[in-house]
Amino acid sequence: MSNREAMLEKLAALDTEHAKAVAGGGEKYVGRHHARGKLLPRERIELLVDEGSAFLELSPLAGWGSEFPVGASVVTGIGVIEGVECMITANDPTVKGGASNPWTVKKIFRASQIAEENGLPTVSLVESGGADLPTQKEIFIPGGKLFRDITRASARKEPTIALVFGNSTAGGAYVPGMSDYTVMVKEQAKVFLGGPPLVKMATGEESDDESLGGAEMHARTSGLADYLAEDELDAIRIGRRIVARLNWRKAVAPPTAWAEPDEDPDGLLDLIPSDLKEPFDPRDVIRRICDGVSDTNAVVFDEFKPLYGTSLVTGWAKLHGRSIGILANAQGVLFSAEAQKATQFVQLANQTDTPLLFLHNTTGYMVGKEYEQGGIIKHGAMMINAISNSTVPHLSVIMGASYGAGNYGMNGRAFDPRFLFTWPSAKSAVMGPAQLAGVLEIVAQQSAEAKGQPFDAEGFKGVKELVEAQIEEQSMPHFLSGMLYDDGVIDPRDTRTVLGICLSVIENQPIVGTDRFGVFRP
Amino acid sequence: MINRLLVANRAEIASRVFRTCRELGIETVAIHSDADAHLPYVREADHAVHLPGNAPSETYLRIDLVLDAARRSGADAIHPGYGFLSENAAFARAVIDAGLTWVGPSPESIEAMGSKIEAKRIMKAAGVPILEAPDEPTEADLPLLVKASAGGGGRGMRVVRSLSELQTEIEKAQAEAASAFGDGTVFVEPYVERGRHVEVQVVGSNVFGDRDCSLQRRHQKVVEEAPAPGLSDEVRAALHDAARKAAEAIDYRGAGTVEFLYDPATERFWFLEMNTRLQVEHPVTELVQGVDLVELQLAAAQASWTMGWPDPPRGHAIEVRLYAEDPANDYQPQSGTLTTFEIPVENGIRVDAGFETGSTVSTHYDAMLAKVIAHAPTREAAARKLASVLSRAKIHGLVTNRDLLVQVLRDPAFLRGEVSTDFLGRDAEGAPQRTLDITTPAVAAAIALAEQAKAARTVQRGIPVAWRNVVSQPQRTVFEEATVEWHGAYSVDGHTVVAAGPDSVTLETDGVRTTYTVAVHGLAVDVDSARGHVRLTRVPRFVDPAEQVASGSLLAPMPGTVVSVAVEAGQTVSAGQPVVVLEAMKMQHTVKAPTDGVVTQIDVKAGAQVAAGEVLAVVEEEG
Repeated sequence: MSNREAMLEKLAALDTEHAKAVAGGGEKYVGRHHARGKLLPRERIELLVDEGSAFLELSPLAGWGSEFPVGASVVTGIGVIEGVECMITANDPTVKGGASNPWTVKKIFRASQIAEENGLPTVSLVESGGADLPTQKEIFIPGGKLFRDITRASARKEPTIALVFGNSTAGGAYVPGMSDYTVMVKEQAKVFLGGPPLVKMATGEESDDESLGGAEMHARTSGLADYLAEDELDAIRIGRRIVARLNWRKAVAPPTAWAEPDEDPDGLLDLIPSDLKEPFDPRDVIRRICDGVSDTNAVVFDEFKPLYGTSLVTGWAKLHGRSIGILANAQGVLFSAEAQKATQFVQLANQTDTPLLFLHNTTGYMVGKEYEQGGIIKHGAMMINAISNSTVPHLSVIMGASYGAGNYGMNGRAFDPRFLFTWPSAKSAVMGPAQLAGVLEIVAQQSAEAKGQPFDAEGFKGVKELVEAQIEEQSMPHFLSGMLYDDGVIDPRDTRTVLGICLSVIENQPIVGTDRFGVFRP
Repeated sequence: MINRLLVANRAEIASRVFRTCRELGIETVAIHSDADAHLPYVREADHAVHLPGNAPSETYLRIDLVLDAARRSGADAIHPGYGFLSENAAFARAVIDAGLTWVGPSPESIEAMGSKIEAKRIMKAAGVPILEAPDEPTEADLPLLVKASAGGGGRGMRVVRSLSELQTEIEKAQAEAASAFGDGTVFVEPYVERGRHVEVQVVGSNVFGDRDCSLQRRHQKVVEEAPAPGLSDEVRAALHDAARKAAEAIDYRGAGTVEFLYDPATERFWFLEMNTRLQVEHPVTELVQGVDLVELQLAAAQASWTMGWPDPPRGHAIEVRLYAEDPANDYQPQSGTLTTFEIPVENGIRVDAGFETGSTVSTHYDAMLAKVIAHAPTREAAARKLASVLSRAKIHGLVTNRDLLVQVLRDPAFLRGEVSTDFLGRDAEGAPQRTLDITTPAVAAAIALAEQAKAARTVQRGIPVAWRNVVSQPQRTVFEEATVEWHGAYSVDGHTVVAAGPDSVTLETDGVRTTYTVAVHGLAVDVDSARGHVRLTRVPRFVDPAEQVASGSLLAPMPGTVVSVAVEAGQTVSAGQPVVVLEAMKMQHTVKAPTDGVVTQIDVKAGAQVAAGEVLAVVEEEG
């Protein structure tokens, strides 16, 4: 099978998983929802965003591999509304009434983190039955952060807008409650702390949905609704008008001219080996995702320290006219020289307020006597220090392997890059499955020997295979994406577009590099 | 010697006369009403005089104002164009009396030909065949045509097919003529069922060839050509001879047209009338005869010209009159802004236009936008060329008869020369079907609109249109006429997008590549291509429900209680009449009828609580 065929197969599998998220609660519930004249979350979003603008859906595979449906009953993503880049979240009421499960909460946390880091307004399309009660223990206590985040966003002058299409009761009532603007759809929105049965139990009062939390009531009596929408379309129309009046100004003016890549991004499918043991030249990737030569870009990629630490490629390029610094693994392994080179490069980017792009294909820092004695730990630590304290925006793309501390050094999830996307070809774990199983075997053998017991190598073979399969499974992009360890798995051919959106989004905040790092041990 | 000429007319004919004036070094003066102030002819003139008002009776028909304009502008000659005062002997006389040069025949000639009955008498005496109904018509003389003596352009004509109806029709025609022309005189003549309208151009008593103007709609000429097709040499010679006799009979001066009714079945013709002015369709004669009729008119008016024989006709010319009218809706005249008006002027094509891109077409005057004329070696070539130019013209903003004209020019019967005055009324064979597919132009329009939105982006300019990492549904572009579904990167079922831009899209459909140009004006989207023009109307994505209330709806100005309802459903009300009285905060508000009309809906009763903005009643304007 050619590299292309292998990648296309993985992309087809990705489409299948995405389709599961799009299908929401399945035909029956989607049909019922439509029959009520209501729109699906993605239909609402399509109407909300500017015509022909992009929508970058985030964490579409959230909950993959868990007991909950793929997508975690909520859609999040970045869309352009009236020319303003907004974080959009939309409950999927076809999935258990839009109830929040632990993955829903994680996914919304991630969305609000992105909104916060990039200073985006948030528009919430609300229709949720509240918490998934059987898993309340994982939701209730941490879930309070959802509401805290809304008002903190407001305090940071990042506007919050809630368009309420249906249920938003009990705790959920605080989503419109905490938002700067609320729009409620007539005869659909239902926003109260306690419904008629609870009120009856608590105080004996007879009541109904409409008087407790109907849109008309909130628009005319309680004042919780700032706008009363005639229907869903009207709510979306009003939401767009609200954004249009936010007087939104980005911190950085957008670039105006650039050239498309000199080489067709389609070639990325041929480039990435199906076997990650085979290295590939990241310069070939850079040429396919960065701006080509033009009047404003005389050279596609100006490599920094090309002769030193050659297993890590560093250099400057442009993407949609924006300057970026790139760190890309070339030979998998990181040595001391590579770590030192990376540290210097990150400092240079901070000096010039230039965002950084990390292209992962690393098997980790080199091990062995020679390297330990050469200071691989202190040099690796320098690199991790640099990327941890760097304040220019970081973008990470896991192209292939991302193993061990290499994942950290290359700005893995724990290091909070602004955005992190994965290619279907990626694998990430503490080490490769075979190595991990092998290590386990050696440890087991030593343990047996220490106890003076014979080691059943034949018997351990089964365990080893099982562990290997399990690690292999847990290293796969779908699994990691399901755990919210990235912001999505993307088609390599879309990398330039995805990064272009991210670079535009980060310009909602000023880009300021730091001169303060932790103590280096050179 | 004419130094400064005033054209007592408007739009294309004024432009046409100015063109010759410029060539001859004569200064020009335009007159214009309020509505015409921005038409090209006003700009083209060296001087322009504003006649306040719009109605022709206040402006172009006011002899005193026109003469005053001539005096003020220092014009020493007046050309009347066609229509308006062009065949008004009193005007001609007034011009001459004012010491100005009148570019036209003598007032006596105008008078003589102005009355159809008088004209027939003169022609009969001169030996020109005329149509006459027997004094006592019988069944054999049917059908008959009742015609107003002072009428023209088809107005006041009635076809009678049964003797019993004759008297009533005459009375009706008299009444109609009296109100329309102030002269109730009518006459009766035989009606030729499949007649053709053939006319002869004269200058003085010299013949400048013939024309066929049979293709008419509601007795208004639409397609005209020179020479008249399918006439035998004998018939043509006899026609020319008759025209010459007619002109000689009144000692005619300048350009005129003798119109005949020709029956191809019997090869007979009869004098209909003589137009003592330049005809609308004069360009076809100019092209095949190689002359400038306006120049000849000016020469004749200055008596400075001696006439030689015109050249023999060269090739064939066809003219169409492009009207702002809706053929599908009883040819209703259209008004509004011509957002684009571009007719390709190519070899062999002449465009006499009164309007340009951005012009406003008003309802005050004739809705003719332009005459488009093709000149080619053969009739068929001229028709083909003209149809092609018309179909490629960009005409946006108004409905026109363009498609109908193209259809006529491609109609096999027309191409065989089988033209008659009832051609458009009959079931034409129809052009070889080029059904205008609306879906493909709509696809092109949707993509151009997306490109326009992309070009207008303020953020994420480099991102492909409608890019999605998770695709859930197609993009939808909705027009009243069609809905287009497409995906990001322009994948559309059944079409390949070869090139996309904000005003031009190239699609490959079924292996055929076609480029569509797309123009957007508000919600109107005009798509032009070699396949023709399609006009689409965008359905806005969002409509504020507050703007959706039925027009004439009376809304509660504030929340309150209805004190009384003063009207009933179905009741006729006049503007300002109280409809509902509301009380709120101890104040009474009377909601009144906005216009004269009928109450079609009452939604409230006395005592009802109403919210601000609630519909109380609907009053529909009458008429």
